[in-house]
Amino acid sequence: MKILIVDDFSTMRRIIKNLLRDLGFSNTHEADDGVTALPMLRNGDFDFLVTDWNMPGMTGIDLLRAVRADEKLASLPVLMVTAEAKRDQIIEAAQAGVNGYVVKPFTAQALKEKIEKIFERVG
Amino acid sequence: MTSDIQLHQNEEFIAELKECAKLLAEKLQGDQFEEASQLIHAMLESRDRHIFQSVGRLTRGLHNAIVNFHVDADLSKEPPQIESSEIRDASSRLNYVIELTQKAAEKTMDMVDEAAPIAMNLGQEASVLRDQWVRLKRREMGPEEFRGLYARMDDFLAQMATGTEQLARNLQEIILEQGFQDLTGQVLKRVIGLINEVEQDLVSLVRIAGQVEEITGLKKEVDEESQEALRQKRKTEAEGPQHNAAARTDVVSSQDEVDDLLSSLGF
Repeated sequence: MKILIVDDFSTMRRIIKNLLRDLGFSNTHEADDGVTALPMLRNGDFDFLVTDWNMPGMTGIDLLRAVRADEKLASLPVLMVTAEAKRDQIIEAAQAGVNGYVVKPFTAQALKEKIEKIFERVG
Repeated sequence: MTSDIQLHQNEEFIAELKECAKLLAEKLQGDQFEEASQLIHAMLESRDRHIFQSVGRLTRGLHNAIVNFHVDADLSKEPPQIESSEIRDASSRLNYVIELTQKAAEKTMDMVDEAAPIAMNLGQEASVLRDQWVRLKRREMGPEEFRGLYARMDDFLAQMATGTEQLARNLQEIILEQGFQDLTGQVLKRVIGLINEVEQDLVSLVRIAGQVEEITGLKKEVDEESQEALRQKRKTEAEGPQHNAAARTDVVSSQDEVDDLLSSLGF
């Protein structure tokens, strides 16, 4: 399971990376915004994308749209882990095709649940 | 306050205008057109003077605001080059906050990463030894195995001593690292103070400008359409962490609410 973690704060990337490692996913890679993430996704056969929303350069929601619009990446499971908590934003993310939405600050349990749920569905 | 002076001047101007209008009506009724035209001219002059004074006051207000924030700028360049200002100072202070919190978070995680395997090893070794100890108590242990346990126990006690020492040191460092809260708190308080000052100055400028608009008949053109577009855009614009989610209806305040919302959308 190859996972890409996209967040502009290195500490948050590290927290997510640690939590994923505890869940048994140790093949994780990092990017600090959509602009750097997109080429990595296109060339890297990733199985899962965890992304923040608010980032300089390219935001997470734009990254999500770019992923869904890309023929090769369209079915990639995407989990949004973000501080953005407006109802309209969550609806927008859902409409853009997100597979899960976790609001920061989050617990290890919440992250675990969402990831498990996504994989259950994607199978 | 500059805006109060402006208010007073507005009243004076209106009084003057009313006086002139009354006179004008009298002159017109008395067919004194020459004098009536002079009065109209005087009124226009008075209005112009009033506008000039108001604009002057607005400019001075702006200038004061700039001086208050110690903006040191080269206005001859396009765009103007800002050498230093309180705002710029505030920006670098806020960057310092990001830097400090990042360092603290990384240091804390380093300490935990270092401590976690020590705690795990001690725990594993302890549970192995406990199992052997149970066997010893049940007298199920042969002399050879007992010698092994004896040596292993000795090693474990030594590991325990150095391990817990290391753990205590790391915990202490984690505590010390929390000092960032104090430092960043002080910086943030200063920046909050500055923002309040900026707001007050802006409000006062807007008041003066409003009074100038009112008296000179310049109307604000409110573009309803672009306002609406802006409102729509704001709905999904990134805002960062919500500090007052419970008081807002357009914001979720927990992961449960996110889940409810998503499941209502068929997730």
